[in-house]
Amino acid sequence: MKIPLIYNLRSVRQRPVSTALTALGIGLVVAVFVAMLALANGFVAALVQTGSSDNVLLLRRGADSEMSSGIPREAVSIISASPHIAVGADGKPMISPETYIVINLQRPGGDVYSVANVVARGVSERAFDVRRNIKVIEGRRFASGQSEICVGSKLSGRFANVEVGNVLRFANRDWNVVCRFTANGSSFESEIWGENEQFQNVFRGQGFQDVAFRLKDPASFDEVKRTFLADQRIQVDAHRESEFYASQSELLGNILRVLAIMITSIMAVGAVFGAVNTMYAAVSSRTPEIAVLLTLGFHPRSVLASFLAESAVIAFIGGLIGCLLALPINGVVTSTTNWASFSEIAFAFRVTPTLLLSGIVFAVVMGVVGGFFPARRASKLPVIQALR
Amino acid sequence: MKFLPLVIANLMRHKLRTILTICSVALALFLFASLRTVTTTLASGSEVSSAQRVIVQNSTAFVIPLPMSYANRLSSVPHVQSVTWANWFGGKYGDGKKFFAQFAVDPKTYLGMYPEYSIPEDQKQAFFKERSSAIVGEGLVRAFGWKVGDNVTIQGTIFPGDWTFTIRGIYHPAMKEYGDDAFMFHYDYLYEKYPDRVTPGWYILKIDDPAAAPVVMKTIDDQFRNSNAPTKTGTEKAFAAGFASMWGNVKLLMSTIGMAVVFAILLVTANAMMMNQRERTSEVAVMKTVGFSDRRVFGLIIIEAAVISLTGAFLGLGAATLLPIVTGFGEGGFLPGFHVTGGTLAVGATVALLLTVASGIFPAWQAAKLPVVQALRRVE
Repeated sequence: MKIPLIYNLRSVRQRPVSTALTALGIGLVVAVFVAMLALANGFVAALVQTGSSDNVLLLRRGADSEMSSGIPREAVSIISASPHIAVGADGKPMISPETYIVINLQRPGGDVYSVANVVARGVSERAFDVRRNIKVIEGRRFASGQSEICVGSKLSGRFANVEVGNVLRFANRDWNVVCRFTANGSSFESEIWGENEQFQNVFRGQGFQDVAFRLKDPASFDEVKRTFLADQRIQVDAHRESEFYASQSELLGNILRVLAIMITSIMAVGAVFGAVNTMYAAVSSRTPEIAVLLTLGFHPRSVLASFLAESAVIAFIGGLIGCLLALPINGVVTSTTNWASFSEIAFAFRVTPTLLLSGIVFAVVMGVVGGFFPARRASKLPVIQALR
Repeated sequence: MKFLPLVIANLMRHKLRTILTICSVALALFLFASLRTVTTTLASGSEVSSAQRVIVQNSTAFVIPLPMSYANRLSSVPHVQSVTWANWFGGKYGDGKKFFAQFAVDPKTYLGMYPEYSIPEDQKQAFFKERSSAIVGEGLVRAFGWKVGDNVTIQGTIFPGDWTFTIRGIYHPAMKEYGDDAFMFHYDYLYEKYPDRVTPGWYILKIDDPAAAPVVMKTIDDQFRNSNAPTKTGTEKAFAAGFASMWGNVKLLMSTIGMAVVFAILLVTANAMMMNQRERTSEVAVMKTVGFSDRRVFGLIIIEAAVISLTGAFLGLGAATLLPIVTGFGEGGFLPGFHVTGGTLAVGATVALLLTVASGIFPAWQAAKLPVVQALRRVE
């Protein structure tokens, strides 16, 4: 016969302090677990969402980031003539030759050396159509030939003078902020966009860093890649835009994930020790009670199951506490430098239902592992001796 | 001291429980020390940098180079003793999986500027003489098995093409924080071989008096303010700190996690200690009956807690100190100079003491004020 679960719930209530401490210990482990994976999730998501799979990004052959790339003006006109580029409603190709540079913006409250590397991307007017996920949420696009810029929504609040209507000074020139845009959470939201011809003059002179364009036929990527590779006049490599940005996140994303797993597994071992301790103490303080259960005719297996269940219940409560502790972190924007592109990207912690579920499962597993040996001891108690 | 056997006997009563508790403390302090080391390593760059060196960058963006003509103008600024310059090469070696920094430098002035790179005199002279030669750090020698005389080909990403260098020297950094995985070659070689014009990425100046740094910095920045390439000048320390700040909130994250770990383990240990004492209520009553004073009972329990925390701390901090040495984690190039500092060990030890107090004081106090008569009733 099984021992009803209500028995465990009641006995948990008998020792509120030690149960609460164990549950809280497990809860903290789960909270760290969820928070760290939410961080890794958010970071990877920000870069994976940057770029779409039917866009192509051309970089100079051998360049592994936009910063080290360079494409001369003559090459851009050759590329623009490619038949693979989609044509917009006005009959012009959907292509954006871009300049890319990281400028340092001073962090508010820091000294002049406490800086963040922010991407200043010079784009053609077409860029807003090539990148489908760009939405201007305030103001209007910059006008050609003007000292005007658009700022990504994630910059706002983290730096000074980046609101619409402000004047931001960089590269020895004043720039009017005329719009703010979102890009579906992607890393474009951490960038400053201006007209490529304007940026070219004030930054690195002639030439562009990369060329982004929309494919006429999304399935033709491999053919496009081959065509550009075969073209002797230009030295470029074609990348699928989405894959390129995903690869930029690979290193740091992996580091974050490995770190999350390493830290939480060490913490988990500590928490399991805690659970083992609590359950052993529970077993030894309830020795006569267990003996009575066994005398009454409960099978040792039921006693084992019952103690496992008790431990799992404590851990489950801990898991819930952990998830509750981690929830407020969802959506919190943080930032770090992505060393692959040497630019700072801001991203939001992402707590997903799957993540919460895995947090709870993780807690219960810790509880069951921690409860097993004490439960086995309980089920193997010599009845006569224990009854004394 | 004569009560030590009693403390040990108490600890041995539930061997498993004691071991588990010690292990949790050890794990917590291991994790705490490792996480704190990440932050101290990130900050270490600015702590070891010389106050005598000043760096000049392009103020628009650090990737934009500065004109070569600045070298002469910078050397005529008062207080400036010597000037050198370098370029970031940004190449890939082999499959490019292992990242390391390559710099194009002006050999004589650069090595003069950084005495922290120690290199045998004959190797140094060989490096100076040969234009296509390079010197590498010990870390790279370990990673790739290079030796003096090897030809190494690096693919340029910023300066496209295949670049072959002959290794003429291996340097050893005076301090771990300087990193042992840099690759340095002749600026002139880059200048001559690259079809477009190359100019220095940044300048490094040595000043005679660290106190004069603010004046020097202001003079330089004012001088170039309205030129084509305005400058941003700062001490090496300030730039290193700025570089560390680029990690953004990583530091905060690490310390938050560190706190969470310590707190979680504190709960677990305090819990175990309290349960331990609860079981021994009647025993404490007997001890008091045979003449142990309240204070002595209190002390015994605190000592027991201390043994657990301090043993755990010793194991955990010891493991954290040995980890980078045994695994070679610090040599990987990800966090050069990764090593547990004395400060971290001190903080870890303090945490262990706090843990002793926090986990021992409540049960000890309970035991000390235990009413003997009442407790003895339960003695069988």
